[in-house]
Amino acid sequence: MKPVNEMRLKIESRSVNEAFARATVAAFAAQLDPNIEEISDIRTAVSEAVTNCIVHAYAETVGQIYIWSGIYENGVIRIKIRDCGCGIENVKQAMEPLFTTLGGERAGLGFAVMESFCDKVRVRSKIGVGTVVTLEKRIKGRENADA
Amino acid sequence: MAVKISVTPLRLTIAVSGEIDHHNAAVLRLEADEAIQSSLCKTVRIDFGEVTFMDSSGIGFVMGRYRIVSSYGGAVEVVNLSERLYSMMKLAGLDRLVKLSKKEKGKEKI
Ligand SMILES: Nc1ncnc2c1ncn2[C@@H]1O[C@H](COP(=O)(O)OP(=O)(O)OP(=O)(O)O)[C@@H](O)[C@H]1O
Ligand SMILES: [Mg+2]
Repeated sequence: MKPVNEMRLKIESRSVNEAFARATVAAFAAQLDPNIEEISDIRTAVSEAVTNCIVHAYAETVGQIYIWSGIYENGVIRIKIRDCGCGIENVKQAMEPLFTTLGGERAGLGFAVMESFCDKVRVRSKIGVGTVVTLEKRIKGRENADA
Repeated sequence: MAVKISVTPLRLTIAVSGEIDHHNAAVLRLEADEAIQSSLCKTVRIDFGEVTFMDSSGIGFVMGRYRIVSSYGGAVEVVNLSERLYSMMKLAGLDRLVKLSKKEKGKEKI
């Protein structure tokens, strides 16, 4: 299926860009007329994926984060967040709640949060090459705004 | 993001407003830990009533403060949570470690 509208964004992996990235994707999603809950869901999921690029993929270095988003006729938004960082050795394990390779202040809940706020989360990764996280969510918007 | 700290003999309150993400969490952590270490209060209350956005960095923040405060025998409570923040805290199993309480109805921001 071809998206009816697309956007691309390339940002440096600096933590100050986390707020910029989630706000930009949320502004793009606004054309689907989401309700406040759905906007928060998207902002939160994007924030998780972008933060992972900054703290894990590029760790002590600064690299590029590529964000693509597409909107489909059936009210679905798809968001891809890609990095060319260190990659994930075991994706299944990484996605388990509370699993983290950093510890300290990281809860290991980023993927769990993405999964609870999106309909689908897909992760493809290769060590030394990078990671692509694809988020998908159908926006119901005003349909059930009062629900 | 802004932090307001207040201390009484019985309780240290850390009131956070604005957005909590990985970027802001660093400053938040610094200010909170300074207050915790200088007061060593038995009860540390984290007030999220004015928080307008939070991702898993906020969960990590609460977990981290729980670790520090419980290490000297104190307890952490998180108050004024929106439904959304409350469900994120529960997702992390934080309800088993700290006392969570929701915001009064009608005062929700997110
Ligand atoms: N883009 C990425 N590049 C490399 N490793 C990653 C990436 N995203 C996630 N990971 C790995 O997957 C683990 C789990 O990620 P997740 O977001 O669930 O938890 P976290 O980032 O460790 O903690 P939290 O998100 O709660 O702060 C990370 O600890 C890291 O090892
Ligand atoms: Mg994460």
